[in-house]
Amino acid sequence: MSNAKQVDPAKAAELFIIHDQIHEPMHDRFLWGTMQRRDAEAAAIPEWEELREIASKIKEHTLTHLDHYLEEFEANATKRGAHVHWALDAAEHNEIVHSILKDHGVKEMIKSKSMLQEECHMTPFLENRGIKVIESDLGERIQQLDGQPPSHIVFPAIHKTRKDVAQLFARTVGTDPNNDDPHLLTEVIRNNARPRFLATGAGMTGGNFAIAETGTFMVCTNEGNADIGASVPPLHIASIGIEKLIPRVEDMGVFLRLLARSAEGSPLTQYSSHFSGPRKGGELHIVLVDNGRSRRLGMADFWHSLKCIRCGACMNTCPVYRRSGGLSYGATYSGPIGVILDPTFDEFKYSELPFHSTLCGSCSDVCPVKIDISDQILKWRRVMAERGYLPLVKRMSFAVAGHVLGHPEEYHAMEKVAAPAMDYAPHFLLYNRSLNPWGRSRELPQIAKQTFRDWYLANRSEHADDEQ
Amino acid sequence: MTTQTEATNQSTISKDTRIALFIPCYIDMMFPEVGIATLQLLERFGLNVSYPLNQTCCGQPMANSGDEANAAPAELLFVENFKEFDFIIGPAGSCVKQVRCHFDVIDQTDDVKHVRQRTYELVEFLHDILNVDSFPWAEFHHSVAIHNSCSSIRGLGIAKPSEIMGVPFDKTADLLSKVKGLVLTPVDRPDDCCGFGGTFCVTDEAVSARMGLEKAHDHLRHGVEYVVSPDMSCLMHQQGIAQRSGLDLKYIHVAQVLNGGPF
Repeated sequence: MSNAKQVDPAKAAELFIIHDQIHEPMHDRFLWGTMQRRDAEAAAIPEWEELREIASKIKEHTLTHLDHYLEEFEANATKRGAHVHWALDAAEHNEIVHSILKDHGVKEMIKSKSMLQEECHMTPFLENRGIKVIESDLGERIQQLDGQPPSHIVFPAIHKTRKDVAQLFARTVGTDPNNDDPHLLTEVIRNNARPRFLATGAGMTGGNFAIAETGTFMVCTNEGNADIGASVPPLHIASIGIEKLIPRVEDMGVFLRLLARSAEGSPLTQYSSHFSGPRKGGELHIVLVDNGRSRRLGMADFWHSLKCIRCGACMNTCPVYRRSGGLSYGATYSGPIGVILDPTFDEFKYSELPFHSTLCGSCSDVCPVKIDISDQILKWRRVMAERGYLPLVKRMSFAVAGHVLGHPEEYHAMEKVAAPAMDYAPHFLLYNRSLNPWGRSRELPQIAKQTFRDWYLANRSEHADDEQ
Repeated sequence: MTTQTEATNQSTISKDTRIALFIPCYIDMMFPEVGIATLQLLERFGLNVSYPLNQTCCGQPMANSGDEANAAPAELLFVENFKEFDFIIGPAGSCVKQVRCHFDVIDQTDDVKHVRQRTYELVEFLHDILNVDSFPWAEFHHSVAIHNSCSSIRGLGIAKPSEIMGVPFDKTADLLSKVKGLVLTPVDRPDDCCGFGGTFCVTDEAVSARMGLEKAHDHLRHGVEYVVSPDMSCLMHQQGIAQRSGLDLKYIHVAQVLNGGPF
């Protein structure tokens, strides 16, 4: 058990909802719209479900032969002139990046968005060591200026309104707080970042796919920010999780068709770039990161989560995520994929996350690589129950219910007293905010005067006699 | 389209077929009319239906929270109560899903396997096993929105989820379209979860209530009078929300419509 405090996503989501009447409806509406675009794009491809199946199989194959493909990738990338590093965990990753930057005397670095670098908490690590880090992705830059982590894998600042951004930029970049014109705001931040691309000593990227047979990797963005970050400075460092491996270039024909359609309902990202060795006169470093992945690979119920291609479709379709906002999850990864990934980093801290779901199952159906997300959420609940992490009130009531429901005579005796008890229970008890959350926003259902069982005994007596 | 007799022959259901009625605990206590409608409806097809009197609950509240140790007594009792039957039919998608999909932690004896295989949700039983092609006794002159629960859609496959590509189907709609006077009304988000989610509705009250309220407004926007579902638990939540907010919507189980009451 860790010393970290448990995150409370239900409480945080409630604050997101009651904060005002603007943010939660906007967040829900935008992501629902994204889902509708995704559905339309997927429907336009007759072999969509077949593509999902193939993608899933490729990922399963790769993950079950990961040692082989990692070595093949390292050998081929090295042949192309890249320096390949291996990081066991976040600390090692950060040390490796820091030492490369230090060796090159880099004081300021531009990076494009990378969930892995978020996972490693790389930026604060580097900034504490005197290296300035600037996000080049617009959404990530907004979050960086606000001192917040990304709230969504693909749309990092999606929980913010235009007005929020205008006020943030006014505070941090000096724009007019009352002008929330998106074109103006985008241009201001672009002009703010551009000169730094020219001055910076290094560019960092992540990697969406690392291809074993060629030793190359792909980065997909809509802003081209990874490309400029990797091309202008003389030093390019890419952090890639070991689960991002795929065997062959031709497999990209499957994954690229799925990725942007699933992520945002468009056929392709604006930029899908292959990086194959250092640019002329430059240096390329690739850091392959484990950070708990090989341990996850050994978890029978949960290793399929490593198939994830970080499209965020499960977040967009998740009815709970849409109403909660990503920051409510209090973790690097939010939404359904976060619910199943985060506990692999810290079971206690994230023990409430698997309960922040209705188990509706939409995440499993939308997932382009067919991760059984919803089933894994239920399996994580089982882990939490076994560890004793269920809230006390649930543990106690389930112990009583477990006994009563296994003993029909006690159950039917209890039923008999329930209806009259409800009739006489005082209103404050039934609708008390803390005693009975059901009644905060809902009327209680009426308990019937006659149960079905009693009706049956009265109306189907011949059958009932058979049974007794 | 097969006739009822042919269908009965095809599915080898006879007077000797032992059929059990599974009435979930909350229906027993709060919605007995749903149990009555289900029983009467099945009897209309000449089926020999029994209601095992020792039934309590399928164990879903505990199992759904991951507490398998406390779910097991209810699950084992369920198997004991229903193991002798050829078909076990329950008017509740999520409870049937619990039996079929989540009785997987207890020992997989032959009885457990049999009960898991033979437990059907009412709509799928009428649609897939009986192949019912008409409900001549039923009339319902109202604008109806279907709420197929997530368990029924994504767990039992009674309708195509919007996320999955392919030819759309909806077994509940197929059945309801055979009821005279009934007008099926499309809504904006037919298969977006309503936020009930079992214990979720109290442990995550704010999110749950918001989802339920949006669901009700979706129905109101489209002039729906009745929300009809194979899962009364979702309706219990939605009805509570609508009543509290003073919204003019009515909620009934699909069995009540197909049987022509009781309402």
